[in-house]
Amino acid sequence: MAFDAQTATAWITASEAAVKADEARLTSLDAAIGDGDHGANMARGLAAASTNIAERAPSTPGDVLVAAGRGIVAKTGGASGPLYGSAFRRAGKALGDAASVEAPVLGAALEAALTAIKELGGANEGDKTMVDALTPAVAAFQAVAADGGPIAAAAAAAADAAEQGLSATVPLQARKGRASYLGPRSIGHEDPGAASTTLILRALAEVTA
Amino acid sequence: MKKLINSPDSVIADALRGMAAAHPSLAVDLENRVISRAGGATQGKVGLVSGGGSGHEPLHGGYVGYGMLDAAAPGEVYTSPVPDQILAATKAADGGAGVLHIVKNYTGDVLNFRMAAELAEDEDVRVVSVVTNDDAAVEDSTYTAGRRGVGGTVFVEKIAGAAAEEGADLDTVARVAMHVNEVTRSFAIALHAGTVPAAGKPGFDLAENEVELGVGIHGEPGRERGAMAPVHDLIGYSLDVIHADRPISGDVLVMLNGQGGSPLIELYGAFAEAVAWIEGHGGRVARSLVGDYITSLDQEGFSITVMSLDDDLLRLWDAPVATPALRWGR
Repeated sequence: MAFDAQTATAWITASEAAVKADEARLTSLDAAIGDGDHGANMARGLAAASTNIAERAPSTPGDVLVAAGRGIVAKTGGASGPLYGSAFRRAGKALGDAASVEAPVLGAALEAALTAIKELGGANEGDKTMVDALTPAVAAFQAVAADGGPIAAAAAAAADAAEQGLSATVPLQARKGRASYLGPRSIGHEDPGAASTTLILRALAEVTA
Repeated sequence: MKKLINSPDSVIADALRGMAAAHPSLAVDLENRVISRAGGATQGKVGLVSGGGSGHEPLHGGYVGYGMLDAAAPGEVYTSPVPDQILAATKAADGGAGVLHIVKNYTGDVLNFRMAAELAEDEDVRVVSVVTNDDAAVEDSTYTAGRRGVGGTVFVEKIAGAAAEEGADLDTVARVAMHVNEVTRSFAIALHAGTVPAAGKPGFDLAENEVELGVGIHGEPGRERGAMAPVHDLIGYSLDVIHADRPISGDVLVMLNGQGGSPLIELYGAFAEAVAWIEGHGGRVARSLVGDYITSLDQEGFSITVMSLDDDLLRLWDAPVATPALRWGR
């Protein structure tokens, strides 16, 4: 299947549901190495994304993601708001005004999202952030897409890679964000940002399956 | 956990309504969540805007008024405000001479203020940002998000505010703010974590015989745990850290700040130890603040902030100020 406005909207709706269902887990991950508000902030931000999409009724997947990004920036706060908001907005812009796109274009949009996050937050792989889940996910998505695979297979591979990336954050010492203040005490915990990124990518795999 | 609230969701809205009712000198925009001076922006004066997560009261809304801030943007508890909200505060503070953003170095605050500054430039409001990072507990290296902006932010807001009130231009006010940040260091110790209303339980657990050393202002744990000790030792530890980072000498301004849950009687006892330590090391406490000025909800503990004074800084510190939380000379 191609990725159109309806699928893009379903992705945001599914992400919101996934974050809501796992809000307590995100919050407890954040309490361990941050300040314990990631679940509530992501739930508020993705709800705002859905509201903004409903109000604007965008007709292309690009506009859906731009609307989602604006909603997230407007309501989330914290570091997650600008980071996720810019990611969705940049991904939406990368989709252009096509009514629907295939796997390679969606892969490029995910890469644009990763670039936005790295530019704004200054994080690289290994810093124990959402970048550690998104980087392998983008690579996995693009590898499947390059082989001519459909979006469903690419998204499933991306979600699996994100989960591995998330697990790989456990032994890392945080070098960005609030967890970095803990120094070595940040070791031994999953990064909450990488956890929410994984939920969002799993939601993409579900709605495109 | 018992709290004086209606519900966790209404904490900030209820507090803003209360601030509006208590302080006629403030204009409180409940919809945009912006606290500004009731008289509006002062034409021709550089505007000062700060903001950050709520839970640090009186910071920042309590410092809106003559001689300090023009507007403040309070976010959710421990969560930075959003760009549109900071933009609204910036517009409320703009008297045509540009606006200074005073931003505590926390990733979320920095990112949201940066986006707001871009939005303001699009609307032809010139914005210069100063990021405070006075926390001596954090090593400033490529391995962290950098030092946190903590108690020194109060000094930056007061002194930059005085410079703006004197008619200094935007670049000058920004330079003054950066200078204050450079000559100021802070360190904090927590005895018991604060409770975010929505979480309903303390942000971290400390045993009866433990303290959190080098704690930040958002309830985030510090770098290490230490043993509980008499306040003489806790103050000595804190000032040793500050002194090793930036030697304490000559005339200094000292803020012995409560984190929201320690009684004033304990803070005065802590301050007495601080004065003795500083005098013992050849310094002199020329000015001071003792009390709750930048809190972490109901967290027990203190932070201590030390600034080197020179004639200019002393004059600007002593300049009149009239805000809900700091008021003298006017």
